[in-house]
Amino acid sequence: MASDDKNHASSILEQPPVIQIADLRFAWKKQAKPVLEIASLQIHREERVFLRGPSGSGKSTLLNLLAGVALPQSGVLKVLGQDMTVLGSAQRDHFRADHIGFIFQMFNLIPYLSVVENVTLPCRFSGKRRHKVLAQGDSLEHEAIRLLDHLDMAHADVLHEPVSELSVGQQQRVAAARALIGAPELVIADEPTSSLDADRRSAFIDLLFRECDSANATLIFVSHDNTLQAPFERTIEFDQLNRAAQAQPKLHVVS
Amino acid sequence: MAILGLAIKSFRNRKFTTGLTVLSIALSVMLLLGIEKIRAGAETSFTSTISGTDLIVGARSSPVQLLLYSVFHIGNPTNNISVHSYEEISEQPQVKWAIPLSLGDSHKGYRVVGTSADFYQHFRFGKQQSLQLEQGAWFGEGYQAVVGADVAAAQGYEPGTEIIIAHGSGDESFITHADKPFRIAGVLQRTGTPVDRAVYVGLESIDAIHEDFEGDEHDHDPLMRHADHAHESEEGEVSAILIGLQSRGAALAMQRTINEHDHEPLTAIMPGTVLLEVWQMMGTVENVLMVVSGFVVAVGLFSMLIILMTSLNERRREMAILRSVGARPAHVFVLIMGEAVFLTLLAIILGLAMVYALMLFMQPWLESAFGLYVAIGWPNTTELILLSVIALCGFLIGLIPSLRIYRYSLADGMTIRV
Repeated sequence: MASDDKNHASSILEQPPVIQIADLRFAWKKQAKPVLEIASLQIHREERVFLRGPSGSGKSTLLNLLAGVALPQSGVLKVLGQDMTVLGSAQRDHFRADHIGFIFQMFNLIPYLSVVENVTLPCRFSGKRRHKVLAQGDSLEHEAIRLLDHLDMAHADVLHEPVSELSVGQQQRVAAARALIGAPELVIADEPTSSLDADRRSAFIDLLFRECDSANATLIFVSHDNTLQAPFERTIEFDQLNRAAQAQPKLHVVS
Repeated sequence: MAILGLAIKSFRNRKFTTGLTVLSIALSVMLLLGIEKIRAGAETSFTSTISGTDLIVGARSSPVQLLLYSVFHIGNPTNNISVHSYEEISEQPQVKWAIPLSLGDSHKGYRVVGTSADFYQHFRFGKQQSLQLEQGAWFGEGYQAVVGADVAAAQGYEPGTEIIIAHGSGDESFITHADKPFRIAGVLQRTGTPVDRAVYVGLESIDAIHEDFEGDEHDHDPLMRHADHAHESEEGEVSAILIGLQSRGAALAMQRTINEHDHEPLTAIMPGTVLLEVWQMMGTVENVLMVVSGFVVAVGLFSMLIILMTSLNERRREMAILRSVGARPAHVFVLIMGEAVFLTLLAIILGLAMVYALMLFMQPWLESAFGLYVAIGWPNTTELILLSVIALCGFLIGLIPSLRIYRYSLADGMTIRV
């Protein structure tokens, strides 16, 4: 088993990194002060990374860049080996739909869709993720229910309810199932636990780990909460990563 | 078309407010189309009521009034013309035919028109169409009547039925000529004109029942007596005369001659000219109604704009989620635009359905009360143009929130701070 792990680890390292950033610079308007300046960042396959930084430090901007919603002014930005800067905006939207699952802090769900419809939403926009589900010989609804079941959310009475009836904790679990459906290679969670109480936070992170493991997905977990970082393999201090943030007056120092 | 499915679900989620918006636009569509339908119906009724008649002659009165009572059976003549004048005019060399019309009686609310066989022979409506009998024959001598298609249909009359004529034009007249029932000789085919709602009897028979009614105690049938003392009575009168001339060019001169008639004050009108005059009078009202209903449509569409705009901020979150799962700004645009298009089209369809339902409900009443036949058929060109303009306005209004959310969605990406 130990040698298997070793082989697995080495094979992962041989593959191109999930995220590769070099000399990246981003400003909202040309010639404005950059909000992001990252000399180098590499995140490998199946890594579970804790990205820590105070709010307003440019984390959300980085997520928008990784998602292909925005493009850097200069530098290298590769996601899953794909150079994002050479793709057109429609191709980047496609790429995001096919390869990345997102969980947000709050307001994760479309209010007028049922639980199952919310979970299967990415399959409406990504043929690839839809095919992955169907290739397993499963219908989209079955796969959604399977994922919800893993997250202890597959109660028959909940599945077709309007999502507004759910508690915040339940909503976050539905959001997790949506991020995971169709096995995207990269899962990005942006402060997903900030609206949960302490017990539910660790339970939620456990769930996320388990699901990412079974889907061989890479997890980037963004938070400003130090207490959550223990189970992660690597912590990246966003303040140290982003030189643009360092250049700004230090209003918020992370201990 | 995943995004359209979402648009419909989103619409269903807010079905109460959007439903009210749809209803308000639909009501305005109904108003606009209803007015247009009545206008078109009125125009058709008007233009097809009489044709081939060069002059209408009546006692001195306003031309409009003369046209209304002689052709449309609306209102009453202020005075009658003596039979003497009628004969004098009909004997003029330029006059090809002259149809006498005697008004003043009714049957169950339908006008009774005393006339002659000339009416059946010469009266034209629509595109020079002549009257045709559906059943029976034109009335001959004696107490006989021919009824219009609506009268026959509504009362279930057929040749052989006997009817009682009442004095005056009211629906419920207390003074009837019950002692002299008229036997129906024939039923006319439908014309879509006031002819359908009239009862035609011989001029002599209508004079006869009146003479009888006026208290003269005769031992014998007044109709028989009438034949003996033809035109002896100075009371022999007609209400109006429809005249066809040898040549239309003579109409103006003939009109002047009649207007300057020595023996009694008369008015001659050219029906086409007065029809136009009446139509233009109504046209002003119709234009005002069109403008008002145009404003109502604008208010309806504006309420849609308000509904869409007020929901935008709330929906920015929704758009961010959609962006995160791969929606493009264009998708987000289509989502809002699709809703505006869907709302507008739904409102138009609902408005159309409402206008047809209303027409179906009101058609008999419009016809009996105003002599307006509103055809229930496919929307005409004007209506289609109106509907297209409403649809276009709806789409243009939909562009405002759609473009705004498109810009939001470009700027927000997946992260919004609202």
